[in-house]
Amino acid sequence: MATWTWFHKLASPPYLYRTAGRLLPWFAVPAALLMVAGLYGGLVRAPADYQQGDAFRIIYVHAPSAWLSLMCYSIMAIAAAIGLVWRIKLAHALAAATAPIGASFALLCLVTGSLWGRPMWGTWWVWDARLTSQLIEFFLYLGYIALHSAFDDQQRADRAAGLLAVVGAVNVPIIHFSVYWWNTLHQGTTVLRAGGPAMPGSMLWPLLMSFAGFTLFYAAVACVRLRAEVLARERNASWLQELGGA
Amino acid sequence: MDQFWQMGGYARFVWPSFGLALAVIAWNVWSALAAHSRARARALRATAMAGGRDGEPS
Repeated sequence: MATWTWFHKLASPPYLYRTAGRLLPWFAVPAALLMVAGLYGGLVRAPADYQQGDAFRIIYVHAPSAWLSLMCYSIMAIAAAIGLVWRIKLAHALAAATAPIGASFALLCLVTGSLWGRPMWGTWWVWDARLTSQLIEFFLYLGYIALHSAFDDQQRADRAAGLLAVVGAVNVPIIHFSVYWWNTLHQGTTVLRAGGPAMPGSMLWPLLMSFAGFTLFYAAVACVRLRAEVLARERNASWLQELGGA
Repeated sequence: MDQFWQMGGYARFVWPSFGLALAVIAWNVWSALAAHSRARARALRATAMAGGRDGEPS
């Protein structure tokens, strides 16, 4: 049971607040280094694609933002489910902290995809399975944020938005598997596929660094937003008096 | 150097993509810090007015 003590301590607002503050630099610094390295590798070091030329370099922001939008939604839905089932308020705080981050990267994925699609497919948009399901995910993010803001009572806001997050989670596997289940214009998986990645190392390594950097960036920003959520929910708590001198 | 900025003729697609990515990253950093700053100020004001209670686990 002692091995789960650290997990139960995370349900304590002051402990979570301090832990998120301590972890922040450990996420932020590697995130910055990896993102810079990945973007430099993608823009400068990686050779041009034999078919797409230099337009393929958009993958170094498009693919990591797509990954981040799916990862954030999964975290949001799992956190909301934990909050709804076990009534742990700070799980709802994590979901609320994650939503704006995921929404912004879902939008980035859609726009960069459009900028990539125009020269490659000859169109800014097509209603294929991948693009449509990704757009639905962006709307689900907006719906969560709007629903959460619509209630004055924090508990009702958490429950209503949490239910939407959990129900919308069905869209995550649809987005991922859409390129297999339907005949889509969007290309299939490049990295996670049977037989290994469909990219040479000089192109792959900057992409993997970008993925890692974006993931750590989420962790860093989520730490800050989570601290804000904890403060908003614990407005009258006595432990906050310690913050006065900090 | 010119070839780098031209991006093989795809500059008007590639550079806006990277520019937007930087903008999204910057917005995330700024809005998170601003949210924390606002919440901290409100919490300190509320604590000063209310006198506080014990912070039990939720």
